[in-house]
Amino acid sequence: MPTFTLRVFRGDASGGGFKAYRVEAEEGMVVLDLVHRLQATQAHDLACRWNCKAGKCGSCSAEVNGKPRLMCMTRMNLFDEAEPITISPIRTFPIIRDLVTDVSYNYRKAKTIPPLRLKPPEPDGTYRMMQEDIDRIQEFHKCIECFLCQDVCHVIRDHEEHKKAFAGPRFFIKIAGLAMHPLDTLDRTEFVKSQAGIGLCNITKCCTEVCPEHIHITDNGIIPMKERMADNVDPIVWLLRKFRGQTPPAA
Amino acid sequence: MATADYETHEHDVLVIGAGGAGLRAAIEAAAQGVSVGLVCKSLLGKAHTVMAEGGIAAALGNVWPEDNWQVHFRDTMRGGKMLNNWRMAQLHAQEAPERVLELERWGALFDRTKDGRILQRDFGGHRYARLAHVGDRTGLEMIRTLQYHGIHQGIDVYMECKVERLLKDGDRVAGAFGYWRESGKFVVFKAKAVVLATGGIGKAWKITSNSWEYTGDGHSLALWAGADLIDMEFVQFHPTGMVWPPSVRGLLVTEGVRGDGGTLKNNKGERFMFNYIPEFFKGETADDEAEADRWYEDKKNNRRTPDLLPRDEVARAINAEVKAGRGSPHGGVFLDIATRRPADYIKKRLPSMYHQFKELADVDITKEPMEVGPTCHYAMGGVRVEADSTQATVPGLFAAGEVAGGMHGANRLGGNSLSDLLVFGRRAGLHAALYAKNFGGQLVADAGQVEAIAREALAPFNRAQGENPYAIQAELQETMQNLVGIIRTEAELKEALEIIEKLKTRAARVGVDGNRQYNPGWHTALDLTSLLTVAECSALAALERKESRGGHTRDDHPYTDDQWGKVNVVLRLRDGAVRLSREPLPEMPAELKALFQERK
Repeated sequence: MPTFTLRVFRGDASGGGFKAYRVEAEEGMVVLDLVHRLQATQAHDLACRWNCKAGKCGSCSAEVNGKPRLMCMTRMNLFDEAEPITISPIRTFPIIRDLVTDVSYNYRKAKTIPPLRLKPPEPDGTYRMMQEDIDRIQEFHKCIECFLCQDVCHVIRDHEEHKKAFAGPRFFIKIAGLAMHPLDTLDRTEFVKSQAGIGLCNITKCCTEVCPEHIHITDNGIIPMKERMADNVDPIVWLLRKFRGQTPPAA
Repeated sequence: MATADYETHEHDVLVIGAGGAGLRAAIEAAAQGVSVGLVCKSLLGKAHTVMAEGGIAAALGNVWPEDNWQVHFRDTMRGGKMLNNWRMAQLHAQEAPERVLELERWGALFDRTKDGRILQRDFGGHRYARLAHVGDRTGLEMIRTLQYHGIHQGIDVYMECKVERLLKDGDRVAGAFGYWRESGKFVVFKAKAVVLATGGIGKAWKITSNSWEYTGDGHSLALWAGADLIDMEFVQFHPTGMVWPPSVRGLLVTEGVRGDGGTLKNNKGERFMFNYIPEFFKGETADDEAEADRWYEDKKNNRRTPDLLPRDEVARAINAEVKAGRGSPHGGVFLDIATRRPADYIKKRLPSMYHQFKELADVDITKEPMEVGPTCHYAMGGVRVEADSTQATVPGLFAAGEVAGGMHGANRLGGNSLSDLLVFGRRAGLHAALYAKNFGGQLVADAGQVEAIAREALAPFNRAQGENPYAIQAELQETMQNLVGIIRTEAELKEALEIIEKLKTRAARVGVDGNRQYNPGWHTALDLTSLLTVAECSALAALERKESRGGHTRDDHPYTDDQWGKVNVVLRLRDGAVRLSREPLPEMPAELKALFQERK
């Protein structure tokens, strides 16, 4: 059985550092398995979040060798036994302890997003939606809220001051999912611009790259929203499009 | 209540657990205009509901107009081997469609039929394609919808907070006492009514689809508060969990694989389920492959494939095939959809399964069969509740979802859990709010309760050289796996109870290091108390029921016994010990009984 050296961040808001542990791996194991084994045998109080261990709940986000990842979906066979593996908490959010960070920023942002405003139902009281009209929103609904996209977003990773007026990629696709929802009637342009701060995003696609659900956050979510915003605020763009017979990507 | 030393919150209704049932309960209570607190062990949106895959069972009749609540009710009762609380099964079947449509109004996007309505898929034990779904990530859609609807309803959410005990005022429940996982500090909740929505007990078994949270908290809280538990012997082993590699053993493989055309095969390539059709289901189950395959398209003239028998039947069959030496290389059987459906169909219908096998097992399910075997999945047993109100046998205490017993009888049908969460989550929130509104007087609980719990909770820190909590948990899981598994015997159940007794003694000596701040060793130590409690309840009830039925199979009592079909095994705590009794099931009214006269 191969034995790996894990360098795990141990500490809290007052400080800390990396501590090295030797942990055995069995066939098929993922990083989270080794962290669990470490907890059970050597470091009972090692703090880490996890739930489903199947890439469905988005709890066990961490930076493994500097790369934002779900520990439950990171196979050990990616690594060379001879090299130590560094596991640190996601950096964009304040540390609580060890691998656990304070992600309350995300829950506060979530609460600011205006919910669906429904159009009236069909005469039978229900709604009809065609599959082709919801395919693109179903993609956004795959989000497991692991917040890796938030972690890697330069706007907030390197600029604490932006957190106040910037929702981040997770919430851009949340808003996009509402704005493109066939039953929604609310105009979200002003919110997207002034409160969600989409203008700060300069489309580096870092969020898309780390998404474990492979959601095309930038191409399918952020860019259409930016375009829509431009359509709504710029009468010339709007007129041109109308003149050319193009319709904005609205539902 | 001497709570001056502790952070204290007061609510009309306190909901413990924020999966589907807890969220739905909190939303409904808030809609009644009362103050609502929602406590959850993890972050919001991470509860076990998120892992549900296949769908929500509701007789919408979108795919098969012949479907209606009576057919759903009948399927549910037969799947539960007629041990279900008939009234719960009736309410569930009647109200599930409206609960699904309500989710849609809150933003959920289910897969669609060609005419734009909610698409429904086939699942085990359901006569018609009945499960509203989103590919194979229905639970995620459901929890996200409830979560984002819920955060705008004025509910106070207490995340990463674990309740240790319910507080009582005389006979009635008066709140809860727990700790913040982040700081380790204690917190008191005063509440007129408490809704338990804590999920199940599956972490007591080694091979399980359940997460660390499933330590029987609500079952234990109820028992300790004086409430009755029923049906604790019935534990569902989902027939298809992953078996390889070892690190993912037990991970769920949705029944939707079979619902969408997948079949089980042994190492001789035989579709062995045809050899395991029980008398009870003969009339409605295809006995040759051609009929089984035709059934997917034509349900009027064909009977259902035995691959979609209820879960208890399929789990036992897989167990038997493996024991007979006809298993797959890693001790499971094969689940094949690759040779039966086109690759793009599989990827569209089962994207999570495709991803899960590819990433974690290096298996491409569009090209190769999966290896699967039974995994502990669901507790049918739970808090005994009054069907309409979900009230437990203790005033002010309500329970909904997996923590409640009765709805699913001896075996739950796939898809009936998500609908159960919504139907009874809503009812629990409604009735808890009504109870709180009618509540007179002050909330009082004696200070001694809180102090005693706090002392006990902190004791492991004084035993730095004490027992390792992880080791005790692992031994319990091994014990339950080997001795209280799919097939049980009196000797093994007695042995399990002896071991549990020893583990309880050892758990009382458990020690933890570090401090109170986000300390998983300490959390594991505290969760042991409830985990050992539910393990003991499950083994005791299994020893008591001397027959085989649904999710309880006794090798020494292999037949289903009509006399046992008339009673629940009831557990309650009296004078510090768990007492057992057999109590009669509620009598089903004649008009519902008539639904079982017809045979397909």
